[in-house]
Amino acid sequence: MAEKKVATKKDTEPKIGVYICHCGSNIAGTVDVPQVVEFAKGLQAVAIAREYKFMCSDPGQSMIKDDIKQLGLNRVVVASCSPLLHEPTFRHAVQEAGMNPYLFEMANIREHCSWTTEDHGEATEKAKALVSAAVKRIFYHQPLEVREVPVNPNTLIVGGGIAGIQAALEIADAGHKVYLVEKDPSIGGHMIQFDKTFPTLDCSACILTPKMTSVGSHPNIELMTYSEVEEIAGFIGNFKAKIRKKAKFVDESKCNGCGVCIEKCPWKADSEFDLGLSQRKAIYTPFPQAVPNIPVIDKESCAYFLKGKCRACEKFCEREAIDFEQQDKVVEIDVGNIIIATGYDPFDPTPIVKYGYGEFPNVVTGLEFERICNSVGPTGGKIVLKDGSEPKSIAIIHCVGSRDENYHKYCSRVCCMYALKYSHLIKEKTKADVYQMYIDMRCFGKGYEEFYKRLADEGVTFIRGKPAEVTDRAINEEEKGKLIVVGEDSLLGTVVRVPVDMVVLCIALQARSDAKNVAQMFTISQGADDFFIERHPKLDPVATMTEGVFIAGCCQGPKDIPDTVAQASAAATRVLALISKGKVELEAAVAVIDEEKCSGCRICNLLCPYNAIDFIEKEEVSRINEALCKGCGTCVAACPSAAITHKHFTTEEIMAEIEGVLV
Amino acid sequence: MEITTPMKETTDIILEGGGNPLELCYQCGLCTGVCPWNRLVSFPLRKLIHKSQLGVVDFENEEVWQCVGCNACVDRCPRDVEVPFIMRALRRVIMEVGAGIVPHSLRISEKNISAVGNPLGEPPEKRMDWAKDLGIKTFTKGTEILYFPCCYQTYDPPAQKVAKATIDILKKAKVDFGIPDNNVVCCGESIRKAGAESLFQRLAKTNIDIFAELGVKKILVTSPHCYHTFKDEYPDLGANYEVIHLSQYLAELIKDSRIKMTKELNKKVTYHDSCCLGRYQGIYDEHREILNSIPGLEFVEMPETREYSLCCGGCAGRLWMESKKGERLSELRLEQVFEVGANTLAISCPYCMANFNDGVISMNKAEVLEVKDLSELVVEAL
Repeated sequence: MAEKKVATKKDTEPKIGVYICHCGSNIAGTVDVPQVVEFAKGLQAVAIAREYKFMCSDPGQSMIKDDIKQLGLNRVVVASCSPLLHEPTFRHAVQEAGMNPYLFEMANIREHCSWTTEDHGEATEKAKALVSAAVKRIFYHQPLEVREVPVNPNTLIVGGGIAGIQAALEIADAGHKVYLVEKDPSIGGHMIQFDKTFPTLDCSACILTPKMTSVGSHPNIELMTYSEVEEIAGFIGNFKAKIRKKAKFVDESKCNGCGVCIEKCPWKADSEFDLGLSQRKAIYTPFPQAVPNIPVIDKESCAYFLKGKCRACEKFCEREAIDFEQQDKVVEIDVGNIIIATGYDPFDPTPIVKYGYGEFPNVVTGLEFERICNSVGPTGGKIVLKDGSEPKSIAIIHCVGSRDENYHKYCSRVCCMYALKYSHLIKEKTKADVYQMYIDMRCFGKGYEEFYKRLADEGVTFIRGKPAEVTDRAINEEEKGKLIVVGEDSLLGTVVRVPVDMVVLCIALQARSDAKNVAQMFTISQGADDFFIERHPKLDPVATMTEGVFIAGCCQGPKDIPDTVAQASAAATRVLALISKGKVELEAAVAVIDEEKCSGCRICNLLCPYNAIDFIEKEEVSRINEALCKGCGTCVAACPSAAITHKHFTTEEIMAEIEGVLV
Repeated sequence: MEITTPMKETTDIILEGGGNPLELCYQCGLCTGVCPWNRLVSFPLRKLIHKSQLGVVDFENEEVWQCVGCNACVDRCPRDVEVPFIMRALRRVIMEVGAGIVPHSLRISEKNISAVGNPLGEPPEKRMDWAKDLGIKTFTKGTEILYFPCCYQTYDPPAQKVAKATIDILKKAKVDFGIPDNNVVCCGESIRKAGAESLFQRLAKTNIDIFAELGVKKILVTSPHCYHTFKDEYPDLGANYEVIHLSQYLAELIKDSRIKMTKELNKKVTYHDSCCLGRYQGIYDEHREILNSIPGLEFVEMPETREYSLCCGGCAGRLWMESKKGERLSELRLEQVFEVGANTLAISCPYCMANFNDGVISMNKAEVLEVKDLSELVVEAL
């Protein structure tokens, strides 16, 4: 580990420089700055106290640097804005003048003072108290070392949908190794299930399969499908991951994807890819364009595993690639960065009893309708009812499970657009009437509003109102044998009954059912809506609170393909930036355990939110991994033996600060 | 075309009266589609809420009095808008500010409650006369349970059967209970929803003071409306009790074998979930447990039960308002009872009892269907 070069000054005697900022009128408009400067001059060990309009500016910083050099200052206090804003600025400035950055302290006399009151007297008194606190505290500051660790240039990407694929290709094309782990037998995610994509009506498979093929053949991408991450340890730049590669019972090195085994297999099960609308074999690839094009055997439906019979696939395989003895394999990899791109689950509308999903066969979800439209789907791309006949009318209901306090409060962002898309596909493939039951039309993206207008020309009927129910109880001849959508047309102000043959429910996108486990494993958090939380909703959408772990795509929140690809690129860029830098600096204000005092009670181990504390069995003490420690202070407060010190936040420093404020 | 200008002062008055949920409504119209009124007549509910949002409600229009407070819309509303609170606020504007006319029969019931503490206008001294010869004690300090029957169950002969059946059961199970004396007044739940807020406050205070003096901790009720107000509304006035409806208590007594039903009842029974126990409180299973443990009884479910149950039309003071024949919610519900071929309709609410009894007579089905409270059926089987 490289040691940062630290300039040492003889700091036996603190020589403190205090600088009070005006911040234009932000501070000076309320705080009597000259009075605070006079006050500061009178404090113990203060060698110089100055004021300036904008301390963070170049002249402001130069003032500090010149004073350090000429007056031999060894401590600097700046009373200005929030440290979140300019602590790095000033730390950098003092460092350039040869002083250790941790011998610098900020007093926030703006957000905590001038911006909280209009009373000049009170503000000035508080500013003096805050400056006094900072000056007293800084006595006890120690010059701390910032450590550097190298960054492993390999990257782990979890999830092989469009987000994972995009990120993988960008990092791999930049010349670095990527491990892409996908739990299904093939990459492609939900996007490969779609028929056409809005607003361009590109065929989803046509635009995605080239990328999938690139991933499959890229020299820098190690693709692990039918695999899941089991364990993660380590820290940014230095993660260790254990990945379980589930047994496919097919030897990937021998299989050439000819498909004879699939043809000959006599055993069937519901196709997960077609959402149970069709069947697949016990040995199967989920869809024709699968990458890798290697079938897997599903133990739950294979006659050999269930009853010890058959083995037809083995008999017919010319390459002898079937291996019933194959075991799961656990591999360990070292990576520097992780991108989570695990996607979403579709909402199951069964609990919305009044919409009849599960009761009426011709009520389907949006994703099921995609499969129906898709040419390699359960109906060969024909839009038909369950009995095979063509529908004469279809209703599309928006906001099923979204924007609803009873299910998901949020808007799923893509449903208005895919509802329009379905209208178009229905009009293209059938002569059916199309009705859209909407509350709002959310067509916000590039080309989206134009797409909405295009649909108007195609003759779709829009009814504004959230339907109360879908029923088969007819009240007249016209309604017999139909599904009737009942609701208020809020623009007409009357209840409407619309008899149709088929109902498509625009279901919500929700967090994956195992999102909690993924979050725990990678030490990231979920929001109230169960999606993973980004570091900042506007300014940092792909980073998480855990350094080195990024999120991209729908696992962060519902979004369309353009936004997913943009996020995936963003995550890839962040990873490449770290790889390019080659090293990371570790925060110096971390906690450290005095092993003489540690009683081995282990209370701290479980409290640490970053899993940074290990218990050393042999020595019966706990030890903090400095690289993982974020300096939150929880263990410091909890230790019953007072064995843990928090660097830069020691008891003496805190007590001195309190004394400064009170006295 | 008519031009409308929003009137903020009116909106403010509605908000002050407890109509705040109107701010959440995003006008999706689901409520209008769900509301059972729209199967019979017209009730433009969503539009009324929007008029409340803009402060342009026509307080002389009947629609202000239409809502029965059944919560069918609230259950499914994507914004969780509590519509009955908005309706209550609108009605308060009429009752307190005089912006419209109070329906005649409601006005009478309100005056009765205000003057003599019960909607029927009967003398308060006779409140406990129904129990005169039953040999039961008045609640005193230290009695375990206070049995508080609904005003109808104390004064109205058909409903009194329920109170008497309840007493039978409590005696058989050797429960330590007492009835209130003549000083208690109507629980006030429905008249509050009809807009008479200060009357409700007065009624509640009277009851709370009496209960406090007697040290009441546990109250047994036979009306889901009393249940709702004692459990959910009285605590806002500082009074907390353990409230239990007879159907919950019966289910317990049967499970603990404190009463034993041995006689066979050869009836085909269906159960109507009351709004105040069902959607309001989530209590659905106990009634079915009770009915299924009565020997010989054949239990059938109607369409639209539990949280989808159709209101009988009696909540929120509608019991005291006129509805024309052919425009009554109880008739809609009775059609469903006939559909499943039941000969007995089991209920657990005095308002349901009144509405369905009226409906059976006006639909000429008295020979075919009888309406019975759960307590009555249980007593028949003891």
